[in-house]
Amino acid sequence: MNWLLVIAGAMVGAPLRYLTDRTVQARHDTVFPWGTFAVNVVGSLILGLLTGAVMAGAASSHLQLLVGTGLCGALTTYSTFSYETLRLAETGVRFYALVNVVGSVLGGLGSALVGAAVAQAIWN
Amino acid sequence: MKKARTFMPNEPVETAQAAPARPVARRAAPWREQGPVIGVVAVGGAVGACARYGAALLWPTASGAFPWTTLWVNVVGCAVMGVFMVLITEVWQVHRLVRPFFGTGVLGGFTTFSTYAVDIRTLTDGDEARIALGYLALTVCLALTAVWTATHLARRVVARVRRTGGTDGGGAA
Repeated sequence: MNWLLVIAGAMVGAPLRYLTDRTVQARHDTVFPWGTFAVNVVGSLILGLLTGAVMAGAASSHLQLLVGTGLCGALTTYSTFSYETLRLAETGVRFYALVNVVGSVLGGLGSALVGAAVAQAIWN
Repeated sequence: MKKARTFMPNEPVETAQAAPARPVARRAAPWREQGPVIGVVAVGGAVGACARYGAALLWPTASGAFPWTTLWVNVVGCAVMGVFMVLITEVWQVHRLVRPFFGTGVLGGFTTFSTYAVDIRTLTDGDEARIALGYLALTVCLALTAVWTATHLARRVVARVRRTGGTDGGGAA
């Protein structure tokens, strides 16, 4: 049952990342990987909210597996983030590589904080 | 400074060839082409997420402790990504679904940014600021080192195999 929840969540999260990246990149003629940035920030926001809900007892551990481990885990990615950073550095846009690292970490962390704060406001 | 977008783990192979001048308003490919890609991304994502979940069950992280399991999941995923991208962009000509399945699906599903971000917040909230900061910095450093090292080692091995007249490698790159 637990494994099925993770699988179901991931089967939604991974294609959602792919489609978001394609949509975002098709709209921006830029070298900056906005697509990966977007999924990582949104995924961190959802997981922050969910973790807060679980801690407050408002969400079950099943929902945590489905939406947290499965969906958010597959929606967000560290491997593509690293690879895109490497490509930026290799193709000579080192400044963008640095901006991508700092921006992604701050963006992800910030949205996790916002998610947790919203959860606290709702369920505490 | 090049304007051409060169990174591609999320791009299916057939559009990579037309990539240098990315059309301004590119319409989504028809479902006939996108359907199989989305399908293999979903299956790959499930495989990767299960591997990550399995690792978390095998090596559970106590609350307030350093999240080593997630750190190594992400670092290993980055190293494999480096080798994989060298192989499929510089060595082999692979089927157009291989990259979406393994790169976008399996590795993307295996590694995670959301757990990384939320774990840092949870540690900070639990007065473990030092662990949180160490985890934040160490993950970024090791992940970037892993993808860089893996890419360069893979290129070196490929160059050596080619020089010593390794099997065929023919036509690719």
